[in-house]
Amino acid sequence: MKLSYDIYICGVGGQGIIKAGEIIGWAAMKEGMNVVMSEIHGMAQRGGGVSTNLRIGKAKGTIIPNGHADLMMAFEPLEALRAIDKIKKDAHLVVNLTPIPPFNINPGEYPPVDEIIMELKKVSRNVYAFDADRMALEAGHPLSMNMAILGAATATPNFPLSQDVIIESMKENLPSRFFKVNLKAFKGGFMSLEG
Amino acid sequence: MVGDHMIKILNATEGDEVFLLGNEAAARAAIESGVGVASTYPGTPSSEIGDVLSKIASKVGMYFEFSTNEKVAVEVAAAAAASGVRSFTFMKHVGVNVASDSLVSIGYTGVEAGMVILSADDPSMFSSQNEQDNRHYARFANIPLLEPSNPQEILDFTKYAFNLSEKFKLPVLVRTTTRVSHMRSKVKVGGIQKMRKKGQFKKDPSRFVLVPSTARTMHKKLIKKINKISKIVDKSPYNQIYHANGKYGIITSGGAFNYAHDLVNEKELPISILKLGFTYPLPSGLISQFLEDLEKVFIIEEVDPIIEKDVLSIIGQENLEVDVHGKLDGTFPRIYEYNQDIVGASIGKLIPLKLEKKKALKTHLPERPPTFCPGCPHRATYYSINKALEELEMQVIFSTDIGCYTLGIEKPYNTADYLLSMGSSIGAACGFSKATRQKIVSFIGDSTFFHAGIPPLLNAVHNKHDFLIVILDNGTTAMTGGQPHPGLPFDGMGDEAPAISIESIVEALGINVKVINPMNIKKSIRTFKEALTTPSLNVVIARYPCQLSFKARGKPVRINNNLCNECLECINKLACPAITYDNGIKVDQRYCRGCTVCVQICPEKAIKPKGGSSE
Repeated sequence: MKLSYDIYICGVGGQGIIKAGEIIGWAAMKEGMNVVMSEIHGMAQRGGGVSTNLRIGKAKGTIIPNGHADLMMAFEPLEALRAIDKIKKDAHLVVNLTPIPPFNINPGEYPPVDEIIMELKKVSRNVYAFDADRMALEAGHPLSMNMAILGAATATPNFPLSQDVIIESMKENLPSRFFKVNLKAFKGGFMSLEG
Repeated sequence: MVGDHMIKILNATEGDEVFLLGNEAAARAAIESGVGVASTYPGTPSSEIGDVLSKIASKVGMYFEFSTNEKVAVEVAAAAAASGVRSFTFMKHVGVNVASDSLVSIGYTGVEAGMVILSADDPSMFSSQNEQDNRHYARFANIPLLEPSNPQEILDFTKYAFNLSEKFKLPVLVRTTTRVSHMRSKVKVGGIQKMRKKGQFKKDPSRFVLVPSTARTMHKKLIKKINKISKIVDKSPYNQIYHANGKYGIITSGGAFNYAHDLVNEKELPISILKLGFTYPLPSGLISQFLEDLEKVFIIEEVDPIIEKDVLSIIGQENLEVDVHGKLDGTFPRIYEYNQDIVGASIGKLIPLKLEKKKALKTHLPERPPTFCPGCPHRATYYSINKALEELEMQVIFSTDIGCYTLGIEKPYNTADYLLSMGSSIGAACGFSKATRQKIVSFIGDSTFFHAGIPPLLNAVHNKHDFLIVILDNGTTAMTGGQPHPGLPFDGMGDEAPAISIESIVEALGINVKVINPMNIKKSIRTFKEALTTPSLNVVIARYPCQLSFKARGKPVRINNNLCNECLECINKLACPAITYDNGIKVDQRYCRGCTVCVQICPEKAIKPKGGSSE
């Protein structure tokens, strides 16, 4: 029997992955749910691949076992593919289409993004891919990209928290002077999935 | 400025539920326990404890410092505890090695007020040079050991550790691991105990001055204390049994418990679990009672088979008939952190379990190692020194050190050939300079220089060694999140402090020293060439602020693709994450910080400063 609703958030250091996880985790706690979350700090943060694991329910370990993630929030397409073992069949995948090529690869070594999405679709019928970077720019700041992904994730079926609760958590956990931009990006992400 | 989150940690009142990182819970434990003196040297995965205390210590009247190194930190804390003031010191696992010379003696002298040392171990080495298991230190120094498995337990166990320490007048070690220190979850906080800020040191040289005659007496007393404590561990509420009907059991501790718990509950396995939180002295009575009706026991611990060996000795002493499956018989891996998949695969060798298979990917995915940030001065320093060496047609050994600049190990920089520990760049260079005819360049950061670079520098001068030391001074302890060090005009609590000049220290030793701005490539190359061709010990200080800590930002540069002949010097030699190749060189406007190093190195002058969008 699965112990928790598992969310795997992945991308590149500096994309606001921990903050997105914190917003979900804080909201879950306020709703009286048990939640554990893992964070990566230190050396791996310097432009390396990073992930945050969120487990809402009875699980105590923060590392999501293979084939367990109910939802993946991928801030970068290559990092989504790298974590394919984490997701269960037909999990919901919210994937940013804007790639960040690793600094040390040769031109052309980065796999084509449409091929990445095709690979992901082999394990899940529920892949929602969109350009979250563009959405963030339109909202007013490139760093609100994480909120665009969060918005889309909140709109996925089975997501255990309501939009209102997440927005309340954003108010609590984001600097107030950027809240408007962040909310716009969040709504954009949410609508792109609902619409 | 104190962040909102810090305020939450500080202002939460008894019974409040806060979403805390393990390290934040440790900081809260210090406040609740009435700690008067706290000290550390930053190191992942312990750094956030100091980050929190540096912001809020003054608000609660606690004294907090970033000490020069972990040995100093432990000594600061020990003297406070000897004077009747509760003290807390915390560091990463390898930091305890630095502290160990004093740490192993504090068991002998003992303490008057509670003293807790938190060691944050790093199984799987997310940010470390090794994955040593610091539970050995409790046995080595003969001091009690607690192993929390989540943020709530970090709070509860650390508070208990202060009481235990005070009761038995012994320092107590708390061991966390990366996954526990960096776990965030709900923590119910307690009330804040009144603090004793100042104590009175009562002289007692027969106890506090360890010379052979006194040490012999104090060692005897230490053994007496630890024997007394071993009588209370069997009844400790921090050791718990989760009963199941069956002949199989698990003994586990710390973060490893979480994976055992999840596997047993998810698969509904009839396996009892003995969860150990108070693990030295080991609760041998409780363990032998747990083993009594079992046929098989799995020992699940990260990293070394410590509990396993103790369990085997209990089984031998008590003549029990239980099969033990752990690391020693090959059931569990000897290295790296565990997770539910690893625990499942290991137990699955003896009990049939349905486990997830890995999905085979057809395409090979390019790795994504960490690297220097756009605008980082280290990238510029490494570019220049490699250019200088190329022009001189010179090969060198790069003896490097610990910090962001260790990332020079990656292509295309290749500026890391030898590294052991904090400060080893200079000490090892002394050895290379005598044992080889090769030319040597040492790299050491500013904070690392203060931490452990000065004694080997004295050695290099006095013993007439011949090499080049490059001190990469970015004005902060960057890798761990930008903590201050003695070279800065403020201290760990944000108060004004005398800044210690690195060049004054170097000059005082009579060494030839040059200070460069590494972002000026031409001058840097010239200075490096001079230093590399001047015999004797030379020091070059490459000084420019960390771009992550100080957030200075220029306008992104612009590429003129008509001038660019795609020589790829910028891609192949500089490898800045803001420069990519996609049908021509492109500058990613999201990342470029306008440092203009690429502008200076482009042979075709195709990169221009202060441009608009390149799209």
